[in-house]
Amino acid sequence: MIRFILLQNRQGKTRLAKYYVPLEDSEKHKVEYEVHRLVVNRDPKFTNFVEFRTHKVIYRRYAGLFFSLCVDITDNELAYLECIHLFVEILDHFFSNVCELDLVFNFHKVLVLP
Amino acid sequence: MALSGMRGLSVFISDVRNCQNKEQERLRVDKELGNVRTRFKNEKGLSPYEKKKYVWKMLYIYMLGYDVDFGHMEAVSLISAPKYPEKQVGYIVTACLLNENHDFLRLAINTVRNDIIGRNETFQCLALTLVGNIGGREFAESLAADVQKLLISSSCRPLVRKKAALCLLRLYRKNPDVVNVDGWADRMAQLLDERDLGVLTSSMSLLVALVSNNHEAYWSCLPKCVKTLERLARNQDIPQEYTYYGIPSPWLQVKTMRALQYFPTVEDPNTRRSLFEVLQRILMGTDVVKNVNKNNASHAVLFEALALVMHLDAEKEMMSQCVALLGKFIAVREPNIRYLGLENMTRMLMVTDVQDIIKRHQAQIITSLKDPDISIRRRALDLLYGMCDVSNAKDIVEELLQYLSSADFAMREELSLKAAILAEKFAPDLSWYVDVILQLIDKAGDFVSDDIWFRVVQFVTNNEDLQSYAAAKAREYLNKPAIHETMVKVSAYILGEYGHLLARRPGYSPKELFTIIHEKHPTVSTSTIPILLSSYAKILMHTQPPEPELQNQIWTIFNKYESCIDVEIQQRAAEYFALSRKGASLMDILAEMPKFPERQSALIRKAEDAEVDTAEQSAIKLRAQQQMSTALVVTDQRPPNGMPAQPSIGPLSLVKVPSETVDSQNPGDQGLTHPNGVVYKEDPQPPSQDIIGDLLGTLSIEGPPGAVAQSPQSATYEAEGAPSAADAAALVPVGEESGSVQPIGNINERFYALCLKDSGVLYEDPNIQIGIKAEWRAHQGRLVLFLGNKNTASLGSVQALILPPTHLKMELSLVPETIPPRAQVQCPLEVMNLRPSRDVAVLDFSYKFGPTMVNVKLRLPAVLNKFLQPITVSPEEFFPQWRSLSGPPLKLQEVVRGVRPLPLPEMANLFNTYRLTVCPGLDPNPNNLVASTTFYSETTRAMLCLVSSQLFIESSTL
Repeated sequence: MIRFILLQNRQGKTRLAKYYVPLEDSEKHKVEYEVHRLVVNRDPKFTNFVEFRTHKVIYRRYAGLFFSLCVDITDNELAYLECIHLFVEILDHFFSNVCELDLVFNFHKVLVLP
Repeated sequence: MALSGMRGLSVFISDVRNCQNKEQERLRVDKELGNVRTRFKNEKGLSPYEKKKYVWKMLYIYMLGYDVDFGHMEAVSLISAPKYPEKQVGYIVTACLLNENHDFLRLAINTVRNDIIGRNETFQCLALTLVGNIGGREFAESLAADVQKLLISSSCRPLVRKKAALCLLRLYRKNPDVVNVDGWADRMAQLLDERDLGVLTSSMSLLVALVSNNHEAYWSCLPKCVKTLERLARNQDIPQEYTYYGIPSPWLQVKTMRALQYFPTVEDPNTRRSLFEVLQRILMGTDVVKNVNKNNASHAVLFEALALVMHLDAEKEMMSQCVALLGKFIAVREPNIRYLGLENMTRMLMVTDVQDIIKRHQAQIITSLKDPDISIRRRALDLLYGMCDVSNAKDIVEELLQYLSSADFAMREELSLKAAILAEKFAPDLSWYVDVILQLIDKAGDFVSDDIWFRVVQFVTNNEDLQSYAAAKAREYLNKPAIHETMVKVSAYILGEYGHLLARRPGYSPKELFTIIHEKHPTVSTSTIPILLSSYAKILMHTQPPEPELQNQIWTIFNKYESCIDVEIQQRAAEYFALSRKGASLMDILAEMPKFPERQSALIRKAEDAEVDTAEQSAIKLRAQQQMSTALVVTDQRPPNGMPAQPSIGPLSLVKVPSETVDSQNPGDQGLTHPNGVVYKEDPQPPSQDIIGDLLGTLSIEGPPGAVAQSPQSATYEAEGAPSAADAAALVPVGEESGSVQPIGNINERFYALCLKDSGVLYEDPNIQIGIKAEWRAHQGRLVLFLGNKNTASLGSVQALILPPTHLKMELSLVPETIPPRAQVQCPLEVMNLRPSRDVAVLDFSYKFGPTMVNVKLRLPAVLNKFLQPITVSPEEFFPQWRSLSGPPLKLQEVVRGVRPLPLPEMANLFNTYRLTVCPGLDPNPNNLVASTTFYSETTRAMLCLVSSQLFIESSTL
């Protein structure tokens, strides 16, 4: 099950956050900070999967944006990895050649998508 | 489109983006928040458009990470707006801002329900999405039934139904008790006939959750899943929009195979055949392709197929195909595939018997342990941990230890925990286990949790054979200039407890032990000092005869800490100080720590607790549990990890040769038989016959009992009574086990140890442990047998019979016929000594475990020296008594020649353990030792026994 979806840039600014588990705001900030730290320094040659607390973060980097999905340990990693790509393709299609700014100014539209 | 209509919002976003620093941004945000707040306050003047705009701004600020503690009400109220634009904003912002625990949601329930049961499709979708995103209990209670109706309604478009399926899934996951799914099996089966892939995908997700809870009810869905899989694999009737890089919906394929893993088997042969055809096609037909996305998608399907094949216990051929594939994957460059290869190999270990094939890849896996990517290292560590068994434990643990020094901090704790568990589980011998743990502490002390060193102490305490070894090792580590504090703790504890066992070795005298432990004292923190204090107290207690200098040193330390601010330290210091002045009673209070009850290793429990929460229970784990429970029924003792049970001994080794020689079997005995001196004995038999008698004699070498029985109080009693009694008893056929259960540890050694101590383990095998605890008073004794079942199944037909020799009267209380799993039963045993004899009582013990009947005959440590009580005799009494006895049978003398003399302090120690009081200074010759004791039996009452050991250095041997 997907626990949350995060879109963050390299500086760690959250561009989109969607939580499917009830978290307090302070907890959300902590999670976003930790996930960012976890993925931002990983070498591109590394796996797209990294353990996060008792779950697993599947992430993918598109230009300066990190798309991270937090899923169960037992979930099929590659399937979720392609979910991210599918989502990106949809964004690309929607904004025709999407870039970070599109997401910033149209965050309210992005929210409709997932 | 809408952007143009939302100028205020984009201006605000641009403003925020243009801020130079955090401070400016905060100012801008605060200003906007103030603005929004005032606008919301006079709500009447707010048009729906403005309201929408401010709610968006609020959400944007919230996304930036600022606290937004108002406006929730406005967002929720937008839900009930009549028009789509406002309603949509209301739903989305509510889903982002609120979670299931917010009270505001109650306000919305009615509106949401109206939208769901309404006729407007878009509103239905919005409402279903919100409920699916939040999914609280109250939503489930009031809406689940409506959502269920939508899902199966024939009048709804697929768009609505797929959202309904996901929404229901969410509600069911969160509150399976609220959502009523009785009778849903048929509906699910119907849903699986759906042609629309969107609805099918969502329904499949729902099915996975349902079958993971209760597969029994959904058997009818199984063939449909297989059909769906066939349809996808053959690419029949798959619309273009559900094809992803040429692959028919990989997600649906993955989900279908996931659902199938929750059914224990596929029974119908036709279904099974078609399923295996599909799986075979996936296994064989997946190639590595250039396009990353296509490659990922096809491998996602492949890995799920692998998992399903493992689950279904496919034929050998297909299984080895899987292992071969995984073997290939763990060697590839592509990190994701390698990661998944390692992960799936670990899963494979849990379900199938492929250990041997996987072991061939050990070297490759160890390479991955050194990969720069921590994700891969973790998987490699898990796999190594899982594949470890007795055969490769040494290699793997050594590899882990080696890696420990270079591992990064994030992994060290896990690494050391796993190494500790493996060392404990699969130790080929216990001393190796001690070595590993000490190395672990030495190399990564900071990451070794307390549990680990507690465990090693437990082990050492419970295994006598290990105690002196551990003490020696601990002493070695203390020699190092800088050691970790945990090492100080372990070493101090072990040396305090068992250091005296090595007192004969150079460098192990109480004084030296104290000095080397105390050297570390300035470097340790307050948590270690109590352990040091206990250690000092124990050293002091073991220093026999007392050394005033050492005593003073330790007393000074106690004195110093008596006013320590730490209560624990203060109390220990004060108590030890007072106790150490009490003399003899110190012995009892500071006696060796009793054994720990056998329990599950805290470490393994810790590792098990580290399990994670997942939405659906893992299919592998469910299966592993099922396997465990069947394993217990057939009394198969193999743990799931594949640790082989104790090697069984064949019929050829049925007759075990009882212990043969005194010298090698009874270390304590050596001291007495071989000092280059004279031991006066009252042994009724000629001394030369003693050893030969042991070798040749039959079960009852009962010396003429009258010899001692008739002896007057002043009889000099031989010091060697106890050990030789033990020797004679060595001929009791102890080793006659029937069946294939082999004892753990040496029964003879355990018996000898118990001759000197009052509590310990008498016997142990993989099923049972028999502990013993004894109290002796004059000619009476009370033993308690602790029968502990080590299994998770009961032991039946338990019988314990005492075969007492004629001189002992023994009464064993009732022994229950069965011992429940993991339980310990106590059976008291009363002993009364009628007259002196060297015979030994035997416990004939048998039990049944599964089909195996186990029978052992164990000597009970109710030997002569147990009926001794130390007594101090003055010189005025001793020598007249000694002289009044004239020769055998009351006075015995033996000269032992040509052996290395035992140092006097050790000899004295030995006497003490046999409960003979050494009377120092009684004999003017310092090379002579004089000891006295009283022997109790019913016929003789208290009987004084005197011993004199004299050392002559023969010049000819020098």
